[in-house]
Amino acid sequence: MSDTSKVEKTEGVVETQSTVAPADDPTAAAVAVVDPRLLVREEGFKGYWTEFKRKTKGGELGSLPVVIGLIVIWTIFQLKNDRFLSADNLSNISYFLSATGMIAIGLVFVLLLGEIDLSVGSVSGLASTLFAVFVVDHTMNGWLSLFLTILTGIGIGALHGWFFAKIGVPAFVVTLAGFLGWNGLMLWLLGSSGTINIPSDSGPVHLLGQNSFFMDQAIIGAYVLAGLGVTSMAVGSFTEQRRRRAAGVPFRPTSEILLRVGLLAVASFLAAAVLNNASGVSNALVIFLAALVIVDFVLRRTTYGRKVFAVGGGIEAARRAGINVPMIRITVFAIAGGFAAVGGMFFAGQTASATLNAGGGNTLMLAIAAAVIGGTSLFGGRGTVWSALLGMLVIQSIQTGLDLLNMNTSIQYMITGAVLLGAVVIDSVSRKSQKAAGRA
Amino acid sequence: MVHVSATPVLALRGVSKRFGAVQALTDVDLEVHAGEVVALVGDNGAGKSTLVKTIAGVHPIDEGVIEWQGNPVSINKPHDAQGLGVATVYQDLALCDNLDVVGNLYLGRELLHHGVIDEVTMEKNARELLSTLSIRIPSVRIPIASLSGGQRQVVAIARALIGDPKVVILDEPTAALGVEQTAQVLDLVERLRERDLGVILISHNMADVKAVADMVHVLRLGRNNGAFSVKDTSHEEIIAAITGATDNAVTRRAGRHSTEAAQ
Repeated sequence: MSDTSKVEKTEGVVETQSTVAPADDPTAAAVAVVDPRLLVREEGFKGYWTEFKRKTKGGELGSLPVVIGLIVIWTIFQLKNDRFLSADNLSNISYFLSATGMIAIGLVFVLLLGEIDLSVGSVSGLASTLFAVFVVDHTMNGWLSLFLTILTGIGIGALHGWFFAKIGVPAFVVTLAGFLGWNGLMLWLLGSSGTINIPSDSGPVHLLGQNSFFMDQAIIGAYVLAGLGVTSMAVGSFTEQRRRRAAGVPFRPTSEILLRVGLLAVASFLAAAVLNNASGVSNALVIFLAALVIVDFVLRRTTYGRKVFAVGGGIEAARRAGINVPMIRITVFAIAGGFAAVGGMFFAGQTASATLNAGGGNTLMLAIAAAVIGGTSLFGGRGTVWSALLGMLVIQSIQTGLDLLNMNTSIQYMITGAVLLGAVVIDSVSRKSQKAAGRA
Repeated sequence: MVHVSATPVLALRGVSKRFGAVQALTDVDLEVHAGEVVALVGDNGAGKSTLVKTIAGVHPIDEGVIEWQGNPVSINKPHDAQGLGVATVYQDLALCDNLDVVGNLYLGRELLHHGVIDEVTMEKNARELLSTLSIRIPSVRIPIASLSGGQRQVVAIARALIGDPKVVILDEPTAALGVEQTAQVLDLVERLRERDLGVILISHNMADVKAVADMVHVLRLGRNNGAFSVKDTSHEEIIAAITGATDNAVTRRAGRHSTEAAQ
């Protein structure tokens, strides 16, 4: 209470003292006053800038590496090939990023626990094959096959989770075994033919195909989506502001809300205009974005999401709070398996077939890299599902750019490896400086 | 001064606990009244932690009776104790570093608003709780990782109060704290007493015990070794009870001298 004399000069104290306690009561003064050592953001845009600088120094990089990475990558590729920033190519990027992006959403859950799932690539490949077997070999209904495929993915993930949570096998090893085993099962199912072509005139594969667009390519479609996103963010922010104001807790100033909504509006309407310039918003992208919104809501606003963060932040604390830790672990791996299967469906939609190399190669590495580049920590407890989108923008830009330049697979692998390493290095370094700045 | 109710809110009568060949607790009695701070002291291995864990439901008792507000109850798992209204703050605080103060306070019992976590009400209640306890925290929205040790301790204690308990058990709350932070935690213990909670305080620090406790119960080798009212007991008497006044280096030496003198 030694700094009572200092803080009494501020306004807040005077108010509290008049309503709560006499001026000479030091504890009353201490109640409402903000700790004088706490940095308070200044008003106006200068405030945002100083806070931004402070956060960056403290290692809270947020989406900064992604933005810088994107600018660098887009500049380099545009200089090498002037078709890179054309509407058609950007539309391609937006379509192809959704498949691996779906896998990355599931990985974000696993990374939030501080674990890793190495099997998601193989599970996605197995899913596309399973779907093809259901539809082609067993002439099953497409939607029923989709349902069964995703259910299988969830089951596979739950099995990994069970070995990890109940038997105590490290997740790394369980999912490494899954990586091999499920890939083997896929190869066995595909047999000697190696490829199963899936009819793509209707059903899920048609919906996820490269030529299937939201609202059938109507120009208005993209703007409807952009408008929907911007409006819901604005309504949500102002509702929250009103509730917080009514409850008497700190709320976001109107200027800040307008700034954020404005930025989102510029970004989404620009993207809509570019995609319309090509051929519209692909259904795959729309489903991916919808999944992001739903999963973000689950992680931030439901008790389940809170439990996932709690287990990632401190297992002992979570256990004492009555959280069923094994249950959370199993469900998280099940979610990762489910999203891997969905990602596999997206791959099947891209090629309208199930092939030997589906989900192989660098699919797994790209999904992990996407989540980490987007800002989800490998060390657990920190991250958002939007990192799947941001990271995939970077990753898919590199992929598409290298394809445009006709680079060899060998070069692609080397570059992907370097990008993954770079992302993990950024994560580790930022965690170190967060520790030094007392934020981790 | 303390106004204690006639019926203790929590009473242990003849409680015993064995772990294999070890008799950890033998015939232990303990009473806690509402609005009373009971300090539990004793050397390492005296059975303090075991006793607390029997109350918290971690170790069910083998013999004896636990009475809650005069009625015998059985506490077999932590959930039973929480249901009765016993909140325990362990020495390792077990907070989630990545969650903010509000998130930690309500972890495992989040308030819901149409099935969605009600951050606004939780934040409002958290601020009210922290301010009635005069807890100073930079902001309720910063992660626990950025708080100091003392601030974490008060958050952990405040967390125990969210479930509206009747008895709060604090296991060595000041062990790792500096001078100022210790004072803050002791202030907080006094405020718990003012809120009419029964507090069981485990501590090795006699100064803390003398500062806030009303009663001191001494455990020695798993048995009661005296219960003292703090204000009419000297520091030395308590220490003597902890170390075993009848069996220590000083008494043994005195005993030797007297037998030599008799010869």
